[in-house]
Amino acid sequence: MHVPVLKQGHYLIASVQSALSDADLLQLRDVLTDRVGKFRSRGVIIDVTVLDVIDSFATRMLRAVGHMLKLRGAETVIVGIQPDVAFAMVQLGLTLESVGTALDLEEGLAYLDGLARRNLKHGQ
Amino acid sequence: MASETRVPVSSAVDIVTARQKGRDLAMDLGFTGTDLTLVSTAISEVARNIVDHAKRGEIIFTAMNNGGRQGITIVARDEGPGIPDLARAMEYGYSTRKGLGVGLPGARWLMDEFEIDSIVGHGTTVTMKKWL
Repeated sequence: MHVPVLKQGHYLIASVQSALSDADLLQLRDVLTDRVGKFRSRGVIIDVTVLDVIDSFATRMLRAVGHMLKLRGAETVIVGIQPDVAFAMVQLGLTLESVGTALDLEEGLAYLDGLARRNLKHGQ
Repeated sequence: MASETRVPVSSAVDIVTARQKGRDLAMDLGFTGTDLTLVSTAISEVARNIVDHAKRGEIIFTAMNNGGRQGITIVARDEGPGIPDLARAMEYGYSTRKGLGVGLPGARWLMDEFEIDSIVGHGTTVTMKKWL
């Protein structure tokens, strides 16, 4: 299932629409690393609200996407991890490491705005 | 014993099918909320283990009724190369591939019962149970 990616100002928003296969996750990674350059985006929001499972592979991919986008100069925030999914991830000992998380789309945008403000202040 | 549901697993797409079938069955049995997520996540991990290490295998779901106590049994079976060092494979963070090494030990934590048998050259069978 293809994940639509919308451009919203300096940010990109990827809204996951249904369960993701491994190939979908790899495609999402490639599309985002490409678009971040094309649109000179500074932040990326990946909305995983609809996912009922985030297993070790999906976690590893989300982490990898975050790290790759960071190397391309963009911050990543994962939004919408459901309570049950969060519980299962904790049981599995899975973390997203340095990749940001926020409650929902609104909080995700606020998170990226906050990072942008901080970077401005520090002259980056 | 009640009827079985078998899902062949030979590609990454089958992992998604297997966990959705398992989730549906668990829901029919009366599992709700967090348990459904735990069961489908565990299925995802053992199914991935088949795809990564054995190429193909199957997952068999069975409803359990043990003196009024209900639950689901999930068997993941393959005829792949088998696991030479089971203790090592069940260590958290140990992976022979590029994975996180979380799959099998993680699945054990998510379920109530977990057993793994493996014969080198013959295959691996994971049996896990969750009670209602």
